[in-house]
Amino acid sequence: MKILVFAEQRDNKFKKPAFEAVRAARTIADEWGGNVVALVLGSNVSSIAPELGGYGATKVLTVEDARLGLYSSTAYAKIVAEVARNQQPDAVFIPATAMGKDLAPRVAVKLDAGLVADCTALKLEEGELRATRPVYAGKALIEVRALAPVNIYTLRPNVFTAGASSGTTAPVEGVNVTLDEADFLSVVKEVKQSSAKLDVAEADIVVTGGRGLKGPENFAMIEGLAAALGGAVGASRAVVDAGWRPHDEQVGQTGKTVSPSLYIAVAVSGAIQHLAGMSSSKYIVAINKDKDAPIFQVASYGIVGDAFEVVPALTAEVQKLLGKGSS
Amino acid sequence: MKLAVCISHVPDTATKITIGADGKSIDTTGVNYIIGPYDEYAIEAALRLKEKMTGEVVVISLGGDAHKESLRKALAMGADKAVLLKDASPRDSFSVARAVADYLKEFSPDITFFGKQAVDYDNSAVGLMVAEMLGLPSAAVVVKFEVKDGSLLAEREIEGGHEVVEVKLPAVLTMQKGEYEPRYPSLKGIMAAKSKPIEERQPSASSPKVEILSMLKPPPKPAGKIVGTDASAVPELVRLLHEEAKVI
Ligand SMILES: Cc1cc2nc3c(=O)[nH]c(=O)nc-3n(C[C@H](O)[C@H](O)[C@H](O)COP(=O)(O)OP(=O)(O)OC[C@H]3O[C@@H](n4cnc5c(N)ncnc54)[C@H](O)[C@@H]3O)c2cc1C
Ligand SMILES: Nc1ncnc2c1ncn2[C@@H]1O[C@H](COP(=O)(O)O)[C@@H](O)[C@H]1O
Repeated sequence: MKILVFAEQRDNKFKKPAFEAVRAARTIADEWGGNVVALVLGSNVSSIAPELGGYGATKVLTVEDARLGLYSSTAYAKIVAEVARNQQPDAVFIPATAMGKDLAPRVAVKLDAGLVADCTALKLEEGELRATRPVYAGKALIEVRALAPVNIYTLRPNVFTAGASSGTTAPVEGVNVTLDEADFLSVVKEVKQSSAKLDVAEADIVVTGGRGLKGPENFAMIEGLAAALGGAVGASRAVVDAGWRPHDEQVGQTGKTVSPSLYIAVAVSGAIQHLAGMSSSKYIVAINKDKDAPIFQVASYGIVGDAFEVVPALTAEVQKLLGKGSS
Repeated sequence: MKLAVCISHVPDTATKITIGADGKSIDTTGVNYIIGPYDEYAIEAALRLKEKMTGEVVVISLGGDAHKESLRKALAMGADKAVLLKDASPRDSFSVARAVADYLKEFSPDITFFGKQAVDYDNSAVGLMVAEMLGLPSAAVVVKFEVKDGSLLAEREIEGGHEVVEVKLPAVLTMQKGEYEPRYPSLKGIMAAKSKPIEERQPSASSPKVEILSMLKPPPKPAGKIVGTDASAVPELVRLLHEEAKVI
């Protein structure tokens, strides 16, 4: 049996979910007896490709072309489908990142494959792969099986553990796929990174501020705590709608879904649509002056108190523990 | 311009979920259904484009008669025509996409709008599957876009920023919260919607590629610990995070 893994890179650096997907595939392949073939697309990726061996890839295939430096859904889908046709894997794993979620449905159509999106657990049962995935914004889980000869699974970031690299390198093989103009019907013209800001969806620690903070100026306090922890700043919808914070920081049903190791909610009430985006975080800390706020129902630790007192004290205490401003 | 918007008809986001008797779907008793919140951004985006460039907006939904309620609301917001691909049986994303794509082939819109995801099964798949089935380019998770002669420039959300994507028309867009805060239907709109047509069609059938074996509630969180009621609890909180949870 064979699993093909799309290993996402940007700027010739692997994204952490790529390592997570390779490791998840390795775990399944070990149980099943089989190989993990990773696929890397980009403009100049052969130098980073061997790294994937450290996470369990048996072999790494690369497709390089100057035009693949930035993502193109049509061209990337063509390549992944063509490689899958040649490799004949039993399953294809793709990280459920912005890129992976864009790519997977197209590849599924090209391969006439089943698509199981945003998996949070995978296991072998009765000789086949079974996936668990959240539905209704995490208010329920479904267990599913895919029915096609080859099926695609996208893996929610931060859920499967990549672990540390074993240091092993994998053999790399360049693959030629002919691409013409017509394959680039959509092209990325520009990537606007928010000034190297850590994204809530990628961060291992998230500090979110809510409407109880009273105004945008008080987010300096949230930024301070996030910086001390080496984490990202998140926002509730109330705060984004008020224009205090940009939408890309919004956590919840109409924002981002996050599952960091530590999620600190400050002056956030914990509305059901907010919980939808963060309740799968490993540890949740709530700081709210209302002891009946629903956020306390999902919190691992809570302080019922005034954010304006608690947060500065917390930042100072964290700095004392970790050293000033570092993580 | 010919504009199409595909909308889902889904439980209100505030719905408390209970598992149904079949153990594979939700108990729909007392559940209030709405147009998917992202699909509302899609409707709004299409309406604004029509207002700027003239044209026609057709809303499409696949499902049972209950979907007419959402189609009617879209008409009240300002869509010109609605199509119900009438089939109340459960379908996976692939077979929803197949039926929608087959209908769109006939209508051939310049832009087809979707929500970035339907808030029931959260697949984020149908729009991009339809694009692939029709051989069209797409931009997904779009927060704003601009159309100019034969192509469009869309800004889509990615980790830590935005990607600016250029796509040739005809194209598919899947919409995220951004520039297009949905309007409320006006009284005039609601009245006008009553006389607008909802065409019923028999959608094409296809076999599912994914089977739901069971649905369950997520395991309950162990009861949390209230560490204290003011800043004096902070050292204890930090100790717990460091020593017990080991997350800092
Ligand atoms: C379709 C739909 C989608 C939605 N999507 C999202 C989403 O993606 N994300 C999201 O967050 N919301 C979403 N919402 C909105 C959601 O329902 C809530 O309105 C929102 O989450 C409330 O934000 P909040 O907790 O910041 O504000 P509030 O509910 O106003 O809560 C503020 C909290 O701050 C506390 N507080 C006040 N002062 C202090 C103080 N000095 N110290 C400590 N605590 C204090 C209060 O006790 C209160 O609990 C959605 C709603 C709908 C209908
Ligand atoms: N039954 C349906 N009828 C029409 N459009 C749909 C239907 N289900 C989903 N869609 C569209 O496809 C998008 C993505 O849905 P999904 O892939 O299920 O998350 C939704 O936001 C809608 O725009």
